Amino acid sequence: MYEGPVQDLIDELGALPGVGPKSAQRIAFHLLATDAADINRLITALQQVAKGVRFCEICGNVAADTTCRICGDARRDPLLVCVVEEPKDVLAIERTREFKGRYHVLGGALDPLSGVGPDQLRIKELLGRIGRDEITEVIIATDPNTEGEATATYLVRMLRDFPGLSVTRLASGLPMGGDLEFADELTLGRAFTGRRAV
Amino acid sequence: MYVRHLQVTDFRSWELADLPLHPGPTVLLGRNGQGKTNLVEALGYAATLSSHRVASDAPLIRRGAQRAVVRTAIVQDGREVTVELEITSGKANRALLNRGAVPRTRDVAGILRTVLFAPEDLALVRGDPGERRSFLDGLLALRAPRFAGIRSDYERVLKQRSALLKTARAAKSNLSTLEVWDGHLAAQGAALLAGRIELSAALAPHVAAAYAGVAPESVPIDIRYRSSLGEQVPESTDVTELEQALLEGIARVRDQELERGVSLIGPHRDDLELLLGEGPAKGYASHGESWSFALALRLGAYELLRGEGSEPVLILDDVFAELDRRRRGKLAEVATAAEQVIVTAAVGEDVPAELDGDRFHVSNGMVTADASA
Ligand SMILES: Nc1ncnc2c1ncn2[C@@H]1O[C@H](COP(=O)(O)OP(=O)(O)OP(=O)(O)O)[C@@H](O)[C@H]1O
Ligand SMILES: [Mg+2]
Ligand SMILES: [Zn+2]
Repeated sequence: MYEGPVQDLIDELGALPGVGPKSAQRIAFHLLATDAADINRLITALQQVAKGVRFCEICGNVAADTTCRICGDARRDPLLVCVVEEPKDVLAIERTREFKGRYHVLGGALDPLSGVGPDQLRIKELLGRIGRDEITEVIIATDPNTEGEATATYLVRMLRDFPGLSVTRLASGLPMGGDLEFADELTLGRAFTGRRAV
Repeated sequence: MYVRHLQVTDFRSWELADLPLHPGPTVLLGRNGQGKTNLVEALGYAATLSSHRVASDAPLIRRGAQRAVVRTAIVQDGREVTVELEITSGKANRALLNRGAVPRTRDVAGILRTVLFAPEDLALVRGDPGERRSFLDGLLALRAPRFAGIRSDYERVLKQRSALLKTARAAKSNLSTLEVWDGHLAAQGAALLAGRIELSAALAPHVAAAYAGVAPESVPIDIRYRSSLGEQVPESTDVTELEQALLEGIARVRDQELERGVSLIGPHRDDLELLLGEGPAKGYASHGESWSFALALRLGAYELLRGEGSEPVLILDDVFAELDRRRRGKLAEVATAAEQVIVTAAVGEDVPAELDGDRFHVSNGMVTADASA
């Protein structure tokens, strides 16, 4: 145990996901040796997040403004929407450079064990978007695990009544029981090009 | 296949044990509590990544130590592979295959294949249906590794669906997704069910024959898969038909499920029925009969795997003491035909003379080769 503020800092860092007691200590002492200017940038970043991150009003991705960079980009195909669970999945798919449409971030997956049902996800918003924006294809890219698959099935049921809308699911090849963000670019890229109608 | 070498450090009572092994019989002799079962438990762990005695890994680490290591050198078709497992308390286990790290520990499961019979197996006959379901699922995964994934997917869907039923009972809402979970439960359940039904049918003659061998004067036995679908279970093991039957079954019990907040239909409610003569073994079989039945289930599994061309290592923990002379002889016949069999016993005289091969004495934390063998 260290005294006072140092231990407080270690405790706070140690509470973060993926940071064990040893790493927390290492990060804390690194910060102690860091320039005041760098520390201030970190503080500002934390304060801004604490004030509230902004989410894109259209797709739900994290954004710097009312809408995100992708939704504001006129070169992206507005008729094509890829549905993902989390903002980190948007990044993973962007890295493949296979997808030229826009996204819809659900904010999770159906997960009764954690009390997450359709109302806790941005599904209503998705249905609204499809009705309003003349979207022609929806690609479902939820995680290839139990909860992601259930969410995909649910979405398919909700989407099949839209006339002329094509709904596809990312092709398998993604390891089952996995997380989209951990799939390597090649596998994820292939899954995109080989998506199947559902 | 056979194990050419077993080395454990800080596993159970063993600070270090090092055993060179050969094809054919190996007998581990030693007084009670000297660590014989601990050694065969290590072999079983190397094969399945779980112990046949405890559900958690913590008791496997020697008291006072931080981590246990189990190293095995396995020879299959003339090729040798090494599997090393590191069991650390409160942390993820690690596995090395031929000294190289593998991405996931479970990637090494099933490289070594064992069929282990131990006194704990009495629970297969006397215990809850869950014991028999695990027996079937373990054997399914040995025959086709994809079943390990099917079973864990099924269990996950089941958990989610049961959670939904419970909250639906409380809040009378959120039922819009129940049909989605029904569909996934039926799809995964049908795959598991098809595997189990097919396996039970393939296993039955082997189990009956093994029982007749170890208990020749007893009435014949049989095993039968019993589904929660009751009479509605289709004759075939066609996955699509089973899926449909499960969906219909689930629909029939919908109200009951909502009322009780539990999933009532699916392979998690099934059982492997054990029949002694005309009636059930459970509740009727004598100690000797129960014991022989449990042994027959394992020996039947062994014969099934062997007949399919992938001969596992046979491990018999403490069996001979329970058998009379004649039955010992019968079991020895099976065991001597095995590519490799590892036997433990407290008393050397209990082990039939036909099982001559390597003998080790286990005592005071030491394994010594028997000079008289
Ligand atoms: N984690 C552990 N750390 C230290 N000792 C342990 C641990 N787990 C079990 N033991 C000890 O191992 C011994 C039991 O070993 P084991 O079950 O292998 O005996 P055995 O030789 O098979 O005996 P029996 O003939 O009675 O079956 C016991 O003395 C027990 O206290
Ligand atoms: Mg023992
Ligand atoms: Zn956006």
